[in-house]
Amino acid sequence: MKKKTKIKKTAYHIFVSVFGIIMIYPLLWMVMSSFKESNTIFITAGSLIPEKFVLDNYINGWSGFAKISFGTFFKNSAFISVTATIGTIISSSLVAFGLARCRFKGRKLLFGAMLLSMMVPAQVLMIPQYIWYQKLGWVGSYLPLIVPYCFAIQGFFVYLMVNFIDSIPRELDEAAKIDGCSYFGIYYRIALPLMVPAMVTAGIFSFMWRWEDFLSALLYVNEAQKYPACLALKLFSDPGSSSDYGAMFAMATLSIIPIILIFIFFQKYLVEGISTSGLKG
Amino acid sequence: MKKRHRISIYKESTAGIIFCLPFIIGFLLFLVIPMGISLYYAFCDYGILSPAVFSGLKNFKIMMADELFWKSLQITIFYAVVSVPLKLAFALLVAILFQKTSKATGLYRALYYLPSIIGGSVAVSILWKRMFATDGMVNQILHGLGIEASIPWLGNKNTAIWTLILLTVWQFGSSMLIFLSSLKQIPRTFYEASTVDGAGRWKQFTSITLPLLTPTIFFNLVMQMINGLLAFTQCFIITQGQPLNSTLFYMVHMYNQSFVHYNTGYGAALAWVMILIVGTVTAVLFATKKRWVYDGGF
Repeated sequence: MKKKTKIKKTAYHIFVSVFGIIMIYPLLWMVMSSFKESNTIFITAGSLIPEKFVLDNYINGWSGFAKISFGTFFKNSAFISVTATIGTIISSSLVAFGLARCRFKGRKLLFGAMLLSMMVPAQVLMIPQYIWYQKLGWVGSYLPLIVPYCFAIQGFFVYLMVNFIDSIPRELDEAAKIDGCSYFGIYYRIALPLMVPAMVTAGIFSFMWRWEDFLSALLYVNEAQKYPACLALKLFSDPGSSSDYGAMFAMATLSIIPIILIFIFFQKYLVEGISTSGLKG
Repeated sequence: MKKRHRISIYKESTAGIIFCLPFIIGFLLFLVIPMGISLYYAFCDYGILSPAVFSGLKNFKIMMADELFWKSLQITIFYAVVSVPLKLAFALLVAILFQKTSKATGLYRALYYLPSIIGGSVAVSILWKRMFATDGMVNQILHGLGIEASIPWLGNKNTAIWTLILLTVWQFGSSMLIFLSSLKQIPRTFYEASTVDGAGRWKQFTSITLPLLTPTIFFNLVMQMINGLLAFTQCFIITQGQPLNSTLFYMVHMYNQSFVHYNTGYGAALAWVMILIVGTVTAVLFATKKRWVYDGGF
């Protein structure tokens, strides 16, 4: 009996790990290919380990195109993602506090609007927003990529924070109120410090989404100098502009490093965010 | 006067509205207004470069006669209806495998959900394109296994859509995590009691696990269905709708109409039809909810 369970256990582990390796094999292949000599990538596509480790692809890829290096593209991505994320966190936390802790007329209506903003996906707004931003004269700038997020329009984050604030005991507010604290004071001195975990969760998701937001960049950024990495990568991979697959894989690998780092260091928050509020990875 | 003003800031309702102001402004400015404007333009002849002229139902008449509209709609629905249930089935299966925790579970879980974290990125789309190229990794591996394959996965209209479906199913990780957290909430005593009553593993699965998971399955189904109908990036980068428009997703068709052919008014009409379709699908799913979703407590 004991022996049988041991065999079963071993079989389980073998099955799960083999399947796990199949799951990440494409990614491993990409990373490994980026260290292969560019002209051997497809001849040796069936094998994972490069015969000769070279860094040429990274050097070639980094030089980018149109005399703009990938360094610029990464800097652009970082700027957009970080500003939009800071805006999202601050605005969402304010709104969440208002919805969770203040009773006022229209609160229910606002809550409904927030849920609606969760359900309306960005793609469906692609053309409506484009037309509107064009009227505002925003096309061609970073404004459409940053400003909307500073207005808490991503219901998911507000929802996540409302739930979090609900778990903070109200007695803390009451005590502060008696001591003469204003609502903003309660938000700033009591709720905010306690909300850090929820803000970290929202922050890492926001950062990842903005980092990978290819669609908005495609629509609104039209100067090569201002391209974020995801858009630059797409153009880099277009047939005709380059057939240097090694360099392409190298830059693709670099472009997912921030996400991988988040994955490694903030896994707890990622899992929490996905499993408690259904945030999509 | 000044004092009264001060007091009003301390008032709960005023404070609440002030806190919510960013969202109120954002909701109007970036959601309601754009949608309103585009609703108007859906009834106009409008290209980005020319002024809008009201044209009644013209765009919708064009749509009814637009072969690509019907084709892309059909492809998108096929893609969503095939990939979403597959993805959820995988997610559930793997979640059940991970229900029993061991030391390695954390690592395994990470391996399985990493693809869903980065799956939407341009990098992965580019990778997919090269994997399924005729001289790509997949054919080479098949070759290594002794199968002589030089299949143009992306060039054949029967296989191209399946590479996109595979890419979606591959990203089952986030649904898996959601299932995993609901599985953990099912009380152990249910299983213990049923074991005493002589229920086997399969019986437990069908009469305890599955019914209690239906709310989670429902939630996942709604969210993933919406995402499936609105898929864009993968198709745009990997196949661009080719070959012979066999992978032309609705969103890509809409993009092409608006930004390649500059029929922005028509694009707005397509966007609104999609909003209605998404709304209908969601409503239909909600209407079936009572029939199969368990809504009692534990």
